[in-house]
Amino acid sequence: MSLLATAAIEVAQAVELAADAAESDADPQSVAGASSAGFAYGLAAIGPGIGIGYLVGQAVQAMARQPESAGMVRTTMFLGIAFTEALALIGFVVFILLKFV
Amino acid sequence: MIAQVQFPPIDNIVNWEPYFGEGEFFQFDKVSLIMLLGLLIPMGIFLLGGAGKAMVPSGLQSVAEGSVNFIMDIINQTIGHDGKKYLPLLMSFFWFILIGNITEVIPTFQMPANARMGSPLVLALIAFFFSIGAGIKKHGLKYFTNTVVVPGLPTALHFLVIPIEILSNFFIKPFSHAVRLFANMLAGHILLVTFGVLCIAVFSATPLLLALPFSFLGLVGLTGFEVMVAFLQAYIFTLLAGVYIGSALADDH
Repeated sequence: MSLLATAAIEVAQAVELAADAAESDADPQSVAGASSAGFAYGLAAIGPGIGIGYLVGQAVQAMARQPESAGMVRTTMFLGIAFTEALALIGFVVFILLKFV
Repeated sequence: MIAQVQFPPIDNIVNWEPYFGEGEFFQFDKVSLIMLLGLLIPMGIFLLGGAGKAMVPSGLQSVAEGSVNFIMDIINQTIGHDGKKYLPLLMSFFWFILIGNITEVIPTFQMPANARMGSPLVLALIAFFFSIGAGIKKHGLKYFTNTVVVPGLPTALHFLVIPIEILSNFFIKPFSHAVRLFANMLAGHILLVTFGVLCIAVFSATPLLLALPFSFLGLVGLTGFEVMVAFLQAYIFTLLAGVYIGSALADDH
């Protein structure tokens, strides 16, 4: 029990130290860049997430109804995923540009 | 920086010290080595695998024949049954990208060559110009009007649709073709680096040692996931190259 308590105190101290360090060397521009990068990727992931979910759901339904056409449906599904995913990936590239460049 | 977790800057995880020729045209670093392997390994597989002509293939021969079957399936689904002459191009795409991707999870490499924009960009441009060339060879200059003019629209709408079609066919298509591969591999690489850094940081910070099994399991699981992504991205790039060539050859647009 005391071991756990010591560990908890140590964690709290470590987090506090880290917070101090973050406060001291925080460059406002990099903080703004990082937070907007997070928002950019999060927003860019919403649409493709819904789209891919809907697409794969419909493809599963089609395969369940017509198992003999599963191969064709799978190819078309991957194509659709590739096109839908492009938006999320462009969001990811924007994330990289904002965060690191 | 949270509790001594220091993520390395992005330059440190995608740039490597050149082995020789620093700053020259022939600078040779880890990415160049992986690309060279992407040339040599498929050559070895097909030269050695094609040497023995056993009726029941085994070893390298089954790898070679299996990948030919795999690419022929892609061609049949996208270009059609007369697309056999595009087999070498798509086969080279598939093997080069697969080897560039799979080095992401191979120890001592730990770097996908396709996480640098150069390689996907050149591959996408090759596919793009190849599809244009195939279209011009089949339809002549009518290929361009076929591509950008959507038949059966009212005249006024053409002013709106033709610029959109030009933009989407000649700019967005090759761009997204390249970015899809690049961003997937870079994202996977950063993910693995993040979990690796987390493991090391947690290991050195005594109070957080309890979290080590979780981050380690996360690293192992994501490595398996990245193997799947490496195959899937090589497949999707080849499939899309086939689709672009197929749509350039199609008569009904």
